[in-house]
Amino acid sequence: MPEVHSTAYDSKIEGNVIFTRFDAALNWVRKNSLWPMPMGLACCAIELMATAASRFDIARFGAEVMRFSPRQCDVMIVAGTVTYKMALAVKRIYEQMPEPKWVIAMGACASTGGMYRSYAVLQGIDQLLPVDVYISGCPPRPEALLAGLMKLQEKISGERSFRNQKPELTEKLEDALS
Amino acid sequence: MTRQELLPSLEKSLGEKIQNKTEFRSETTYTILAADLREIAKFCRDELSFDYLIDITSIDNSGEEPRFEIVYELYSMALDVHLRLKLRISEDPGAVGTVSDIWPTANWHEREIYDMMGIKFNGHPDLRRILMWDGYPFFPLRKEFPLEGLPSEMPDVAFTKVTPMEGGPFVTKPSTATSKDREPRAHPPEL
Repeated sequence: MPEVHSTAYDSKIEGNVIFTRFDAALNWVRKNSLWPMPMGLACCAIELMATAASRFDIARFGAEVMRFSPRQCDVMIVAGTVTYKMALAVKRIYEQMPEPKWVIAMGACASTGGMYRSYAVLQGIDQLLPVDVYISGCPPRPEALLAGLMKLQEKISGERSFRNQKPELTEKLEDALS
Repeated sequence: MTRQELLPSLEKSLGEKIQNKTEFRSETTYTILAADLREIAKFCRDELSFDYLIDITSIDNSGEEPRFEIVYELYSMALDVHLRLKLRISEDPGAVGTVSDIWPTANWHEREIYDMMGIKFNGHPDLRRILMWDGYPFFPLRKEFPLEGLPSEMPDVAFTKVTPMEGGPFVTKPSTATSKDREPRAHPPEL
């Protein structure tokens, strides 16, 4: 008589197999390993550093791997005042990031220009880049940045990743199936 | 030389070159002519131990003639004496000479004045802009330059736009426009 397990989990059948949607698996991987590009331009960068440090510990969300090379990054955190002199450099770094990529505008300056109603300051990085999450505050507390990161994770988990990445292949598949 | 003797000896040596002298809270200010600047600066450094140039600033007295005023803040490390030199210059290029060979720190101060006010210093070794980019067409601290800026475009380098100045959290102009008019990006169209 073989031993009967009382649990619902049958390791022989379910041991290394998980059933899910492909998009859900892909999004789960993406949202839990968001590597940030720390675009620290002003005092918001201090809060960004505090968020990465042990007290607030952005590693709990899988986003601790601050890369100073855009080629290894998923999300650009624009932390600080974007001057016109810096604006095209920020855009160029964004363009060097591989797809898929996201942008967080951290703080009042990066979102709208903030208190710098001035000839020298770009009035919001969204005039150059597609921003996914805006965070208010001057500067925002680390909790606010973490909340923004969680909002971005929420957004990513609803994305149709596979279709966005391989539009032609999904079309072909759909045609073949219909 | 003691600190009490310092300024009297300057007045004795350069008496006829000092246009005006004012004292305010034991700080001395001499008004001089732009043509005498380099001679006085050299004398201050070599003979009077003013070895430290704290700052150079410029003032735009728009509408007056001569238009610009330049202020040199000198300090003697050895004798703890502060001295201010002021001179007025017109808009003509080359109205004032550089002191960057006398105090090397003047190099960047004069570049900043050139960047913000458009005052050119004769004999400066490297008179480029220091804050704005090379090719920016305006001098932002001149009185006729608006706070909200002017549009400019330099492909692949930088661009500028006019900043919205009315309403908002940091009010710079009173406005009756609603936040929807002022910040259309904050009110996305209903989906």
